[in-house]
Amino acid sequence: MRTQEQTIDEILDLAAAQFKVPRAELSANDDFFKKLGIDSMQALSLLTRLEQHFNVELPDYELQGVSDFKTLGERIQARL
Amino acid sequence: MTGHSGKALSWKIAGGVIEVTLHREPCNEIGTLFLSELEQLVSALPGLEESAHAFIIHSTLGCGFSAGGDLRELYEGIKTTEQSAALAEIRDFHQRIHHAMNTLDSTPLTTIAAVHGIVFGGGLELALTCDMIIADKTARFCFPELRLGIIPGFGGIPRLKRDLGNAVVRDLLLTGRSFNVTKAQQAGLVSQVAGEGQALRVARATAAQLAKLDRRTAATAKKFMKPVPYDELRQEIEIVCELYARPQVQAALKKFVESTDAQSYLP
Repeated sequence: MRTQEQTIDEILDLAAAQFKVPRAELSANDDFFKKLGIDSMQALSLLTRLEQHFNVELPDYELQGVSDFKTLGERIQARL
Repeated sequence: MTGHSGKALSWKIAGGVIEVTLHREPCNEIGTLFLSELEQLVSALPGLEESAHAFIIHSTLGCGFSAGGDLRELYEGIKTTEQSAALAEIRDFHQRIHHAMNTLDSTPLTTIAAVHGIVFGGGLELALTCDMIIADKTARFCFPELRLGIIPGFGGIPRLKRDLGNAVVRDLLLTGRSFNVTKAQQAGLVSQVAGEGQALRVARATAAQLAKLDRRTAATAKKFMKPVPYDELRQEIEIVCELYARPQVQAALKKFVESTDAQSYLP
């Protein structure tokens, strides 16, 4: 079982790779819309990758209002 | 090889396969231009069917297959036109798109939607007219209409009810949430999953297999197992037109279209 910190680290790795942002520039409390420069459609493509990576189903309404990696990690952790 | 090149969609016929490409930026929104070119395609279909056995529709845009109805165009129409005239235009648009999609649904050709990325609203309704949906791993499916106070208007509910079980139909429609390709395949919406960027290749391989089978038998089987739900489709148009007359819908459209948030407004 992953710890929450491990989950968030993996999210940061995936986000950095998908949107070609240096991993070192990302941290848990970042607003991922701003830091990755993405819109809601691109956030959905990140959600798709996260669901596949963690093998979870995360309804997008659970992410309404979520914009930082830490909270995103908490929502995923709750489904692991 | 014959073909047609349009602003929203283009098609060619090669090796007995009609390949339709969607390429209207930003994400193949279905508005009046898209509809008129779709109507040209369905008008040409009877002639193309003579020399084809299969039909593939796909998008070349990175965002995905289609984000659905062009809500900005719709909102502009409502905002700038007197209400009864705007509602008449909405009814006319829905009747025309139903005719086009019903024609695609009932063509004797075997039809495949090869999809990736965003497959939302009207885009999903377009894919649902096809006999098979082949999706790559980036595909995401959604009917967000209820979040705007409307229902899918291009045949979505009748076709979804025809093709899928009630539990998943209600979940998809009543929550407005999106499904990834794994969920979509489990639900029976997607027949084959391809690697990222490979949906068209898989669709072409499937079309090549279809060519080995007797066309008339395939057309007979399709007609038997995939009846077009005309009565429900007509009812859908009436419900959609009633909903568009509600001021709450116009307010939700305004909020959605005019939002500049990265997270677009949706409840």
